[in-house]
Amino acid sequence: MNSSVKHSNPSVMVTADGVPLMVSLSRAKRKAKIRALLLVTPLFLFILVTFFIPIASMLLRSVDNEVVEETLSRTVPILQGWDQTGDTIPDETVFVALHQDFVDGYREKTIGSPGRRLNYEKPGFSSLFRKTARKAEKFEPPYQAAFIKADKKWGDINYWRVLKRESGPSTDSYYMTALDYGYNDLGERVAKADDQSIYVDLFGRTFWISFVITSICLVLAFPISYLLSILPAKSSNLLMILVLLPFWTSLLVRTSAWIALLQQQGVINDMLVWAGFLGDDNRLAMIHNQAGTIIAMVHVLLPFMVLPLYSVMKTIPQSYMRAARSLGANPFTAFVRVYLPGTIPGIGAGSILVFIISIGYYITPALVGGQSGTLISNFIAYHLQSSLNWGLAAALGAILLFAVFALYILYDKIVGIDNMKLG
Amino acid sequence: MNKFVKQTLLATAVTAAMVSTASAKELVMVSWGGAYTASQQKAYHEPYMANNPGVTIINDDSGSGALAKLRAMKEAGNVTWDLIDMTGSAAMTACEEGLAEEIDHDKVLANAPDGTPASVDFGDLIISPCFVPQIVYSTTFGYRTDKVGSNPPTSINDVFDLEKYPGKRSLEKRAVNNMEWALLADGVPSDKVYDVLATDAGVKRAFAKLDTIKDSVVWWEKGAQTPQLLADGEIVMGSTYNGRLFSLIVEEKQPVAMMWDWQVFDLDGWIVPKGTKNKAEVMKYLKFATDTQRLADQSKYISYGPARASSAPLVGKHATLGIDMAPHMPTAPANSKNTLLYNIEFWADNTDDLNEKFYAWLAN
Repeated sequence: MNSSVKHSNPSVMVTADGVPLMVSLSRAKRKAKIRALLLVTPLFLFILVTFFIPIASMLLRSVDNEVVEETLSRTVPILQGWDQTGDTIPDETVFVALHQDFVDGYREKTIGSPGRRLNYEKPGFSSLFRKTARKAEKFEPPYQAAFIKADKKWGDINYWRVLKRESGPSTDSYYMTALDYGYNDLGERVAKADDQSIYVDLFGRTFWISFVITSICLVLAFPISYLLSILPAKSSNLLMILVLLPFWTSLLVRTSAWIALLQQQGVINDMLVWAGFLGDDNRLAMIHNQAGTIIAMVHVLLPFMVLPLYSVMKTIPQSYMRAARSLGANPFTAFVRVYLPGTIPGIGAGSILVFIISIGYYITPALVGGQSGTLISNFIAYHLQSSLNWGLAAALGAILLFAVFALYILYDKIVGIDNMKLG
Repeated sequence: MNKFVKQTLLATAVTAAMVSTASAKELVMVSWGGAYTASQQKAYHEPYMANNPGVTIINDDSGSGALAKLRAMKEAGNVTWDLIDMTGSAAMTACEEGLAEEIDHDKVLANAPDGTPASVDFGDLIISPCFVPQIVYSTTFGYRTDKVGSNPPTSINDVFDLEKYPGKRSLEKRAVNNMEWALLADGVPSDKVYDVLATDAGVKRAFAKLDTIKDSVVWWEKGAQTPQLLADGEIVMGSTYNGRLFSLIVEEKQPVAMMWDWQVFDLDGWIVPKGTKNKAEVMKYLKFATDTQRLADQSKYISYGPARASSAPLVGKHATLGIDMAPHMPTAPANSKNTLLYNIEFWADNTDDLNEKFYAWLAN
């Protein structure tokens, strides 16, 4: 290509119809590129709509705080002039604006939302807004006195400090809560007391349990995959069906089956008591705790480890091990130096799959996890479905997402992501 | 139940086939599933559909996550539900967030047979302008009769007494109810419970009491868990909704009995979601389904108390078992010697805060 450019002037290379070769070539290439792009467009759009947009909206929601500013549109600008470090509540001008906002908000049924939003920061806001809104239309000036008469919390400077702090269009309070930080009355960031901090420990527990599950899966799956890879096709197919069977069974059925097996009056405990290994009054607690979560999740996730391992092992010729042995290695050395390195891509793929799936798992821990076996995803679900604190759910989800990214990069640095094989 | 599923499937298929003709109206009603939806099907839906051949009612069992889903539907601008069964506190939140239609109870709902307007007949149970009360249910305790010998538990103190009643007990995995019971068992008079709980010292006191049984508690999240745990003999006693215990004891004949001391009353009822496409039809349905006779009819199928004062005398016998339902109602005099009313105002403010403290307490 370069040589043609060098000699292009004055005698440009042209095609038969007189178009310069370069132009013609790039035209042909562009057509191919567009065609290729058209082929991937459906997938691209699908991923954009179902994956990137929801994640982007989740990230936005974790800092979004527009509801206060929108509903209290008259109060918020005036409130910026108030000094929250002093010891007096805002003056009458703020209360006049607040009164108008409340009257409008009550008429349009929008006043409840900022109340609920602020209640996340300081309990009491919800009823404060609800009760005040019902009476606001009948208030007579001076409004400051009228508001305080309706609910004395309006005279409490700490409520005003929270209101001013959370009146901006965005907030960091969800992330602070998700990292077990909070504000004190003066608006300074402080770590929460031990008896009120939840999430950091839960993130730690989630990663730890996921790591344990991944390790157990690896230890269990390695021999099975090896067996599958060396058996003749007929018997290995049968074994493969046994591995895949759990895949075809509903998750809830499998989890419920574990409850029936593991509970204190369950099959396993009954058998142990019957065989005399255990007394009837000290049956093992194997469910509704961390052990239950680990056992049930290992079972659910095992195929995700077996399949990549198997597909990699299948490609390692058995003659390698024989060659190593015949060159003088003992079985252990031959395994560690020759066979194991060949399976690394499978180990990597299986471990990443199992680890990432278990980090986000929530049905199984919810059913069998008890108090010590619940994971961060259970709290995300709780904030999505019960407490309706979607901002906090989004912040927790975003932290989890970043943590997984960080682990992925770490994995890439240590093992190398190219060195991963799914089949 | 199976028949009910079949009917629902059939109804769905039939309506799907009739969509093109558009002559039939379908109403999607969200409720809690199981025996509860079945009781609504029998007492409300079937008679209504018989009277209004053009209407098909479709049951959606997503009651427990209804508020979250409704909010998502509203944000997406496509509300596909017509009527939703919610607890009173969830209904209040829905109303505050502008997710539910406000209802003029006297205009929309039927009067009592003696002419008492609906707002008086329901009385204080109308806790929110969007809420149409349906039942009073209670969260209370069931215990294994074969594990307590000749000395059955009779008071909330027994739940916290591991010496007298060793073994596991199940409690709901949230602050609500457990905090009140802990304080009551710790000697706080019932009319002071929420005052005490509003203070930091009171919260500490409740947790200290719960600490005494923490290691012996199985925490439940779904109403079906305690009945299952009782049936399996995993626990000695556990809290759940009284209707669930009723079917466990009376219908499934398990060796379980009720312990009603300090049962917590709560409300459940309907809201009309803002944005429903069948508002007129839904209002017509509401008038029918919450009249005096219909509310009384529901108690033939499940042991929850009807929300209308005028329905109470009409509570009769169980539809299939033929037993008298009145003694199984949480409101029956023998069962309601000590009762606590779920304090909606208090929990609207403090649920998030106390649940957070509760989960932190659980984790430590």
